[in-house]
Amino acid sequence: MILRGFWKLTWIELKVFIREPLGLLATIGVPLIIFLLLGRSIGPRMDQAQRLTTFVQVTLPVFASMMMAFSAATSLISIISIYREGGILKRLKATPLSPQTILTAHVFLKLSLTAFTLGLLFLAGKRFYPIELETNLLSFTLALLLATTSILSLGFVIASAVPTARFAQPVAGAILYPLLAISGLFVPLDAFAPIWQNVAMLSPVTHAVSLLQGIWSGEPWSQQLLEVGALLANFTLCTAVSAKIFRWE
Amino acid sequence: MPSVVSVQGLRKVYGSTVAVDDVSFEVLEGEIFGLIGPNGAGKTTTMECTEGLRQPDRGTIRVLSKDPAKDADELQNRIGVQLQQAHLQKRIKVWEAVDLWASLYPQTVDGDALLERLGLDTKRDAWFMTLSGGQKQRLFIALALIHDPELVFLDELTTGLDPQARRTIWSLITDIRDQGKTVLLTTHLMEEAERLCDRVAIIEHGRVIEIDTPAALVRRHCPQRSVAFSTDWDGSTDTFQTIQGLDSVQRADRTYTLAGQGDDFVTEVIQCISQQSIRVTDFRTILPTLEDVFLELTGHGIRD
Ligand SMILES: Nc1ncnc2c1ncn2[C@@H]1O[C@H](COP(=O)(O)OP(=O)(O)OP(=O)(O)O)[C@@H](O)[C@H]1O
Ligand SMILES: [Mg+2]
Repeated sequence: MILRGFWKLTWIELKVFIREPLGLLATIGVPLIIFLLLGRSIGPRMDQAQRLTTFVQVTLPVFASMMMAFSAATSLISIISIYREGGILKRLKATPLSPQTILTAHVFLKLSLTAFTLGLLFLAGKRFYPIELETNLLSFTLALLLATTSILSLGFVIASAVPTARFAQPVAGAILYPLLAISGLFVPLDAFAPIWQNVAMLSPVTHAVSLLQGIWSGEPWSQQLLEVGALLANFTLCTAVSAKIFRWE
Repeated sequence: MPSVVSVQGLRKVYGSTVAVDDVSFEVLEGEIFGLIGPNGAGKTTTMECTEGLRQPDRGTIRVLSKDPAKDADELQNRIGVQLQQAHLQKRIKVWEAVDLWASLYPQTVDGDALLERLGLDTKRDAWFMTLSGGQKQRLFIALALIHDPELVFLDELTTGLDPQARRTIWSLITDIRDQGKTVLLTTHLMEEAERLCDRVAIIEHGRVIEIDTPAALVRRHCPQRSVAFSTDWDGSTDTFQTIQGLDSVQRADRTYTLAGQGDDFVTEVIQCISQQSIRVTDFRTILPTLEDVFLELTGHGIRD
């Protein structure tokens, strides 16, 4: 019964999501456009500097992937706060659906969309990207899903803590993007003051970036144990915290 | 008749606000029971504790002989809930909502038939955000009824609707009761309570101040009734002093208003008018309503 409800809810949420053109554009369009446009505009100049080559080979795909994870997290945060303020969560709570089932349906949907967008990005990349994509798609998908799950759990903590829907998205952006800036994706970690390096080491974004860079460059999973462990630890911690502080209304 | 809902000594506090101070009442099987009272009286809080959505601070609640705080899972299949402030996903279609709700319960009624009964069949494919207030309310009623519950909670379901939509919903609710179900509702509208409810509890400041049938409450607290008539006749108001049960006579221009008590009061007035051969151009009896009872009991109107 509950399983049937779970699938039906996920399916309906997917349809509801697709009916909103802006959300669709932000989730699927933006990462794809950034990836292809930037890649193609820098591609021809790649030979001039090693820096640009690395950028196109690793940084850009990882950046596009992080954009997917972030858009999943911000949209989850705003959905939760809108649902909470509108009383949708409360109305669903008065049915046999358990709160956990409702949230799981949303996380599941976000992860599916992320995997789908990544697939699109790969397909489009094979055709339009300036260099050959040699990454193992399956491995990278797994890495991205792990990274996204961990960042979503951080999103849950933010969603539990923000008072209103109007602030949810800006607050999420104000936390996630700075974390991305110090994650070592664009500027190497040791360029930062020690205090920021410490913050970066505690941030799931840093570990997500590092994991994605490694897997994208073809490193084996055995070299990613620290990153995987950190992401799982972050997930466990954030889930425990949000279970404590989550509000239904 | 067996009691379907029993609330004893309920208390619920939010921070420093005492939302419900001490509320007790019983709802019997097959009746429409109304909680009435002004804004902030504690009606919604009482409902939500009874539905198992909130944890009371004190008191005992039994719904269909179960404790809603503990047996929520079992009760959810047997009660239908409509919340005062609820929304659905903006872009969910009417039939999708009904379909989703139907998938959550082991036993359901036919969704399409239900939509038709609620006059929503033409809106099957409409997005939730495009429905009018009355249509949204009717959809929420459909969702509350989809699993054929024994007990239905309705919190202010006609607030903000036009008189026409309100009447439609009233007859729907009477239908629900006539199918043998029990209804617990809240309302601000005294007319609604009077027409719809078999019994009402008047709540103020988190306490129940009276419980009875609307008619009994009116008889007990506002036994006085008035007769007003217009006439060209120009006699003294003393003429009416012989009427039994008369409390007061007032005259404004050509209209006399006689207030009095007793079941025979109106008859007495008519007899007096005909004995005096007074030619009457307009004649009205003014019976007290639940609104007057409310005023009498609380010293202010329900909207003040
Ligand atoms: N979630 C909440 N947090 C804090 N205070 C609350 C909350 N819900 C209700 N209250 C307060 O509790 C009191 C009772 O509120 P309640 O909603 O039960 O009243 P009500 O009788 O349903 O009013 P209305 O007719 O306006 O719907 C009010 O003073 C209200 O401000
Ligand atoms: Mg209320």
